[in-house]
Formats: sequence, C-alpha cells, structure tokens
Amino acid sequence: MHKEAAIREPLIIGHKTYHEITEDVCKPIEDKAPRMWYILFSIALIIGLYGVGCIFYLLGTGIGVWGLNKTIGWAWDITNFVWWVGIGHAGTLISAVLLLFRQKWRMAINRSAEAMTIFAVFMAGLFPLIHMGRLWVGYWTLPLPNHFGSLWVNFNSPLLWDVFAISTYLSVSLVFWYIGLIPDFATIRDRVKKPIPKKMYSILSFGWSGRAKHWNRFELVSLVLAGVATPLVFSVHSIVSFDFATSVIPGWHTTIFPPYFVAGAVFSGFAMVQTLLLVMRKAMKLEAYIHTKHVEYMNIVIMVTGSIVGTAYITELFISWYSGVEYEAYAFINRATGPYWWAYWSMMTCNVISPQLMWFRKLRRSLLFTFFISIVVNIGMWFERYVIIVTSIHRDYLPSAWSMHYPSHIDLGVYVGTIGLFFVFFLLFARFFPVLALNELKTILKSSGESYKNDTAPVHPYFAKNGHSHGHDDHDNTHNH
Amino acid sequence: MAEKVIYAMYDDDDVLKDGAKKLVAKGVKVADVFSPFPIHGIDPIIGVRHTRLGIMAFLYGLTGLTLATVGMRYFMIEDWPMNVGGKPNETYLDNVLAFIPITFEFTVLCAAHGMAITYLLLNKTLPGMPASNPDPRTTDDKFVMELRLSDNSKFSESELMSMLNETGVIEVDQKEIH
Repeated sequence: MHKEAAIREPLIIGHKTYHEITEDVCKPIEDKAPRMWYILFSIALIIGLYGVGCIFYLLGTGIGVWGLNKTIGWAWDITNFVWWVGIGHAGTLISAVLLLFRQKWRMAINRSAEAMTIFAVFMAGLFPLIHMGRLWVGYWTLPLPNHFGSLWVNFNSPLLWDVFAISTYLSVSLVFWYIGLIPDFATIRDRVKKPIPKKMYSILSFGWSGRAKHWNRFELVSLVLAGVATPLVFSVHSIVSFDFATSVIPGWHTTIFPPYFVAGAVFSGFAMVQTLLLVMRKAMKLEAYIHTKHVEYMNIVIMVTGSIVGTAYITELFISWYSGVEYEAYAFINRATGPYWWAYWSMMTCNVISPQLMWFRKLRRSLLFTFFISIVVNIGMWFERYVIIVTSIHRDYLPSAWSMHYPSHIDLGVYVGTIGLFFVFFLLFARFFPVLALNELKTILKSSGESYKNDTAPVHPYFAKNGHSHGHDDHDNTHNH
Repeated sequence: MAEKVIYAMYDDDDVLKDGAKKLVAKGVKVADVFSPFPIHGIDPIIGVRHTRLGIMAFLYGLTGLTLATVGMRYFMIEDWPMNVGGKPNETYLDNVLAFIPITFEFTVLCAAHGMAITYLLLNKTLPGMPASNPDPRTTDDKFVMELRLSDNSKFSESELMSMLNETGVIEVDQKEIH
C-alpha cells in the first residue's frame, strides 16, 4: 500500500467501510432485478435471437446470402470481426497494462471491462466461424493430423495466426477474469441465504477461503498473468492487421497497420467501456466508485489513442502519394473522393475530430458529452474497418470488374444480432456477477478513499487507545515492496 | 486427531497486523490468517514464504515455446513443406519469421494456463470444494487469525487468550478441527 499524494482526487468518494463496499456491490445482485433490467434484457434477447435466426438461415443456405460479389469477397463479416476484436481490447488492457503501471483507478472498472472484453471476443469469433459456411468443420483450422492426406494447416498464413491469437487471447482473458472473480464469489457465497444461489456461488467460488498463503499466490498470479497478457493485447490486433498488411492489395499492404490497429482497438474498446459504465454506474448506484475522475482518465486514453489513429490516417495518406505507386495513390484518392466518400469522411469526423474535443477539461469531465462521444467513436471505428476493407477492393486493377458492396438484410441481421447477444451476456453479468472487484477495491480504500485522504474517517479505537493518530498509514513505508 | 484451534477475529487489517507482530515477538506461532483481501505485509510477520509460482509460469512458457518450435518445424519443414508464393522453406531458419507470431501466442497460452491450473491445484480451490474459512464474515469485512495449540505448546491456553485480548481482538472462538 502506498501513501498517496493529497492532491490526487480520491478514487472512492465519501466515507465507506469495508462492509459498505460489500453491501454496495452485492445489493444489486441479491435484490430483485429492477423492471428496467427485464425490459433491456428482453429487447437484447429478441435482437440476439433475430441474429441467431439469420445465422441459421446463412448456414442453411450458404454465404451467397451475403452482399458479396466477385470483386468484393470480403466486406461486412470481416468488418464486424475486426470491430468486435477491437472493442475487446480495453478490458485486458485495463486490467493488465494498468496493473503493471500500478494505476489504482483500474480497480473500479476492470471487472466489467474484462467481462465486456470476453463477450466482445465471443462475438468477434462468431464471424470467422460463420464465414466458413460450414460451422461444423471449424476444427479444420487446428493443426490436427487428418485423414485427408498429410497436409497441415498453413503456418505461413496470418489467418492461421489469427486462430491462435484470438483463441489465446480469449482463453487467457477468461482465466485472468475468473481468477479475480473467485474471491468475490466467495463473498457472495458467504452472504446469500437462499439455498439455490448459495449452492451456485459455492461452486463458482471454488471453495475460496482467503488464507494468507492463497492471497500471496493470488497476487503473484495476477501480476504474472498481467505480464503475459500485456504483450498479448498488443499482439492480437497486430496479427489481425496482418490479415490485410501481408496481402498485396493497394490500401492494405502498409507496414503502419499493426500499431495503428492496436491504437484503434484501444480507442474503440475504451469508448465501449464508457458507454457501458456510464449507464451501469447509475443503474447500480455505483457513483461513489466510478466517478468523474475515472471517466476523465478513460477520456484521456481515448484522446491519446484517437490522436495516434488520426496521425496514422494522415501518414497513410501521405505515404500513398510519396511512395509514387499509382495504384496505392489511387486507392486512397478513391477512398476520399470515390463512391464511398461518405464512409471515409464519417470515419475522419468520428475518429480524428471528436477525440480532439477531449482536450477541454470541461468536456472530458462531462458525463453526458462522454457518453455521446463514446458512441460516435464506435460508429467511427466501424466505418474505419469498412473503409479499409471495402474501398480498397471494390475498384481493382480492371475497371470492368469494379463493383459496389451493398449489405443484404442477412448481413445487417447478423451484425445487429451480435450487438443484441453482446448485451444479453453483459446484462446477465451485471445481474449475477460482482461488477466491481471487491477484494481489490478494499485494498485501496485506506490509501485512496476520500474520508481517509482528508482524515475525516474515524480512527480505529485500538489505535486511538495506543497512541497512533493515523492507524491506517503509519506502517506503509515499511512494507513497500 | 482432533486439534484445538483458537480463532481471533479483528475488524481491521492494520489492527490484526499490529497484533500479529506483537504476538510473534513474544514467540507465538500464527498458523494462518483469513482475510477478505490481501493484507500487504502480513506474510513476513506470520512466516508465509513468497510463492514460487512465477518460476512455474516461466517453465510452462518455456514448454510452450519448445512445443511450438518443434511442432512447426515438423509440420512445415519436415513432414509437408508448403510452397507459399515461393517463400523459402528449405530449413526452419529460412521460414522462421512466419512462425514467430504463433510461437509467441503458444508460449503465452501455455504459461498462462499452466500457471492458472497449478495455482488452483495448490490452493485446492476447485469447483465443488468446500470453503474452510472459520466465519462467513471473513470474506466481507472481518479478519481472523488462527492459532493452533499444538504449535504453541510453550504457552497455556489461558496465556494465549490473555495475550490475544491485548491486541484489539473483537471475538475469540475455539474450535476442534480434524
């Protein structure tokens, strides 16, 4: 535990005890769900089921039901895949990278951000699977000895790297998230009275008892997982960008892609976290834990990554001219002025201009404005992928083959359906899981809680009697490793 | 054999830590501490050694690295060399650049899952395991210190109790565990 500078804004507002933190987080789980939850859940479920219906129709009929054609063989599906994977970057970034940098503000948001990550990667994974058309042969992407001859999967292909990257990312994020959840499930297990929830949370908590040795291991495992997850976060979207960058399509084969995709992923991921948390903190009355300062920190991340993305757009544009390759130059001129100019300029407005507004302190501390921008950013990031993918291929080397992409209603249905399914998962998470990392929040209460920072918290009677004026910080420097 | 155990409950992590320090200074052995969150600095006081799981993670990672290297060398160089756009694939070294991403991912995969599984097994925290915290409040806001009479044979039970009572304890409970 570190003594924190008094000038830093507290991370937990007001006076809270350990017990109050437990109450605040567990109450919404133990109480009956509010009517709004049922309404939102039903809407999400209907949209999700519509998407599932579209997927079944697609599987039954074939991927001809998409709006693809001879020239545009990749469009909507891969756009959605990249968009969802990008959104799935915030959670592990928050919990891993910010853990390594000892950013305590992560503790209020990491649990739900990781949940969001996992659900977003579920949605992302769906797209390459359905793209196969034959879902049941999905295991062919694994290097298994087979009876079709001794042909192995192609390890030179970025598409196979994707299989490894996405599945590693998904499973490691899931494990990281769950290991953090175990002690919090134990808290709920020890509180609930009804037999069925008690049984459920007993199973989920794996018999966690909070022994000193277990906490010692817990902290190391969290740290090492954060250490391995950090390069993983950066590798995943780099590899996704290789899907394009290693090809020879003008507009795709640029070396700037990996860092630019990663920045874009973090940008859109944080925007999605803002969208979800701004609603969740209100609905679940968690304003004391997720407040303006947290939102401001996230807006700064959005501003920085948004600026990186903007710089990348302009660099790309410049290099397409500077390279002297006329095909490359045409791909970019066509992006900005061709038939997809509206997609290009929506992307530019949403991703380059809107994050720059965050330089104003008033705006980045405004919750309403943040909510609005977070949605704008996610729309912009969807257009970015659409622009990169579709505009680069819709006019190829032979003008006779030039074409346009129009999404079919199945394209739209599958996409909207994944948004529905995503919210189904997220709402279930918010209903049954501890949405804040209880055990982590309790460790920062005494260093970052408002009442402890301004010394209005009552001194523990034991220390009052024994002459320590500040029982909560007189020992901090001795165990600072 | 049944063993007598004293559970001393505190309502603050710093009070418990202070108490543990005083007890240990007098020669009392603290068997364990149950807490709702990691109490920083308690481990050296009660003699919990730092875990070596980090070394295990490294070894698992090394295993992953080796498996990925050996595997891809076999698949792509020995068993069925694939001509992809005329890229060199005579030897592993010619082709290694294309194998870096998967080698990295597989290393991380093995390190993370190997360590996570080892962690759960060592803790004996697995689905369906019973909880062993002495009081349900220790996962909320209470902190419990466990003293075993067999560890502290040089003190009588009443001596231990009176020493505990000086440390700001809020409840003391005795149990027989098997």
